[in-house]
Amino acid sequence: MSAPLLSTHGLVARYGDFQALYGIDFEIAAGEIVALIGANGAGKSTLLKSIMGLLRVAPDMVKLDGRPVGGTKPHRIVAEGVAIVPEGRRLFVGMSVIDNLRVAIDHAGRPATNGWTLERLYGLFPMLKEKQAVPVQSLSGGQQQMVAIGRALLSQPRVLLCDEISLGLAPKVVKEIYQSLPSISEAGTAIVLVEQDIGLARATSNRLYCMLEGRVSLTGRSAEISREAIGEAYFGGTHAVA
Amino acid sequence: MQWLDGLIQGILLGGLYAQYALGMALMFGVMRLVNITHGDLVILLALIGISLASTFSMGPWSVLVVLVVLGAVIGVILQRLILNRVVGADPLPSLIATFGLSIALQNAMLQIWSADTRSLEGGAIVHASFQLGPLFVGVLPVIVLLTATVLTGGLDVVLRSTRFGRALRAASADVEAAALTGVNPKTVYTGATAIAVAILGFAAVFQSLRSTVAPADGAFQLIYAFEAVIIGGMGSIWGAFLGAMALGISQSIGFRIDPGFGILAGHLVFLAILALRPQGLLGKG
Repeated sequence: MSAPLLSTHGLVARYGDFQALYGIDFEIAAGEIVALIGANGAGKSTLLKSIMGLLRVAPDMVKLDGRPVGGTKPHRIVAEGVAIVPEGRRLFVGMSVIDNLRVAIDHAGRPATNGWTLERLYGLFPMLKEKQAVPVQSLSGGQQQMVAIGRALLSQPRVLLCDEISLGLAPKVVKEIYQSLPSISEAGTAIVLVEQDIGLARATSNRLYCMLEGRVSLTGRSAEISREAIGEAYFGGTHAVA
Repeated sequence: MQWLDGLIQGILLGGLYAQYALGMALMFGVMRLVNITHGDLVILLALIGISLASTFSMGPWSVLVVLVVLGAVIGVILQRLILNRVVGADPLPSLIATFGLSIALQNAMLQIWSADTRSLEGGAIVHASFQLGPLFVGVLPVIVLLTATVLTGGLDVVLRSTRFGRALRAASADVEAAALTGVNPKTVYTGATAIAVAILGFAAVFQSLRSTVAPADGAFQLIYAFEAVIIGGMGSIWGAFLGAMALGISQSIGFRIDPGFGILAGHLVFLAILALRPQGLLGKG
């Protein structure tokens, strides 16, 4: 594997007195899709929040291109080239689709030569073009998720963090959204996928990390890890995955 | 005829109230920050303006320029020093912090300027009027109304279709999501408060040209601004303008029913709208 684009080193995070992460070592290279699986409360979202600068972590715990960026403010991390599709989408309610997207365009990091433009995004999700003047809250869940992904892409990320983008969506819509991921990563964008659906996560990713109670319990190439090994790492016991 | 006159005078009075209300529409309506010093800042700027005018014999329009710039500076300081520390989903911390600041400001103004009422010398324009059919209309109130209209239109366009406006709306909708989209919320909030207090520079000059100011008067401007924003609908700039008109007209008509009833009439209209259309005239849902 080439040198990691984004990595964490012994990352420790806490909410007040509660320690949520116990020394996470994670890395992802350009163009890779890495899945992050684990039960509720395992620390997946906390890891993403720590990378985005929403939680206080030491500078050396998160590195981008080998440079320490831990604890950098979220808006600066975005400018450095890391964007997130937050859990629950978190669109700007009351604003139109196009205005939601423009906020990202306005504050994007250095636009890559092969960067994301509105036209390229409309090619990926044609619905966004039709609905651009519509207030986001009147879209369906799947359409809102596309706005959220589009908004993150227009920040021109080199690393895209996706937090449970299939949650609450119809299987058909989930399929449509997941089909868009390879065309995002083939241009070199690294994608971190937090996903509840283990089968989907395994099928979509190159590598995966399984988290359990704030630690990485298993990591390896998605195609090579057995379901039994995932089941054990997921629940921490010897349960099999149904 | 006195009712038509009441209506016209009410609209003109609404022009002044709109200048109080615009900054409030931005801070309370959009950012959900409660700034109790809103009215005190009008008075502070007005008193500074009056002192400038008498010390350096400046005319009202030069005073206006100075006060707008000074207002922006005060806005930046206010946001950086106090409001950025209390901004968030809960409006209570900003209310408590600015409530304390309001009391301190009023007492500081009393110390510096005493409790005397003062006004700004504006020359002939203050008393000039023209005939409109059977009615006489003051030139100054018309200037105030036009200024308010231009400020409202300008602010609305800024909020709707500029980078800054989008960032402010985004940060107001979801501050964390905005930060995760590259917006620096503190910078955006600082800009917004600078604009809000700069607009109070206009209000300060026109208030002290039209009538008088004294250190304890800020409570009136504060309550009129709050009422206008709520009548018009939270988050709507033109709503705040309409709310200011509704307030001005009800006060003016009420005053003609009974001179003691004017201010109360405005409050009653505010309460009626709060009961019948709590989202405000232009508010959604």
